[in-house]
Amino acid sequence: MSDEFESRGAEGSGESFRTPGIIASRLDDAIGWARKYSIFQYPFVTACCGMEFMSTAGSHYDLDRFGAGFPRFSPRQADVLMVVGTVSHKIAPILKRIYEQMAEPKWVVAFGVCTCTGGFYDDYATVQGIDTIVPVDLYIPGCPPRPENVLQGLMLLQDKIQKQGRHPKPGTLRPPVR
Amino acid sequence: MMTEKDFPDAGFDTVQLVPKAQAREALSFLKNELGFNVLVDHTAADLSKWPEAKEGRFELTWRLMKLDPKTGLVERRLALKTRVAEGEDGPPSSKDLWPNADWAEREVWDMFGVKPSDNPSIKRLLLYEEFKGHPLRKDYPIAKRQPLVEPMAAPRERIDPKELRPKLVDS
Ligand code: SF4
Repeated sequence: MSDEFESRGAEGSGESFRTPGIIASRLDDAIGWARKYSIFQYPFVTACCGMEFMSTAGSHYDLDRFGAGFPRFSPRQADVLMVVGTVSHKIAPILKRIYEQMAEPKWVVAFGVCTCTGGFYDDYATVQGIDTIVPVDLYIPGCPPRPENVLQGLMLLQDKIQKQGRHPKPGTLRPPVR
Repeated sequence: MMTEKDFPDAGFDTVQLVPKAQAREALSFLKNELGFNVLVDHTAADLSKWPEAKEGRFELTWRLMKLDPKTGLVERRLALKTRVAEGEDGPPSSKDLWPNADWAEREVWDMFGVKPSDNPSIKRLLLYEEFKGHPLRKDYPIAKRQPLVEPMAAPRERIDPKELRPKLVDS
């Protein structure tokens, strides 16, 4: 059982609740804990970063260890939108629509510099960072990010989900770069 | 009338420049008489920053290949080029010769704004219909973006669940 549960149980009460068969916790912690280990991700894969995503999701690096190994290809069943790869202005309405279709609570991960800032595509076709269209909770830089980088990002996202408790707020939105 | 002598074989880098009025005839000749059965690519270049621009701003290129149908080996390659002045249409479409020319011509229209003279209602291939201008022209500002979605409004403050609880009237 996770640390959050055990430490809360004993906290301030003067005695331990660690009686066999009973777990005491705050509701926020319990919900955060349950959510962070059951991430159903929606992979929105558009470009070369997808290769690195596949490598991370495959058995060698194994996203499943973090409870995030189950991609859902319906936004209505997903809670983390993984935007992996360059987002062009042509596909931007689709990305926004998928974000809006996801049920709350939902989190968005910008995977690779193209999604974080537009990367080196400072041109007519590319959205300069998906946080100009949808709120982003976690940025994973790199072109493409190494799988270790992605796993670290995933653990940071889990921390964030744990801390947010029952009512997570949407991530950052940035004014657009025209 | 074109003959085989008009297209001498100079190895893999053979490049042949023809006037626009003859381009369509040359393409038919290459396909039907000389057996260039593969259109590798059809593309264009904006020469407006080059001295060649006075012969026509856009240079259209057809990269052709002749494959032996029995062995699949390459027998010949050739690049046919022609120049098109600004505001003019290109030579008639060659999609009846090589079906893949259709998409290549749409891409040339999309990126450079040069369309085949017999296809006035050609549609964009890569960009969206709402896009104005042709981005690979040298006078298009490269970073000028034409977004389809408006930037998202700042998120609404969440309702505190306590506000939703029924309130006792006299408490
Ligand atoms: S960040 Fe690099 S690897 Fe990832 S989609 Fe962009 S160009 Fe490709």
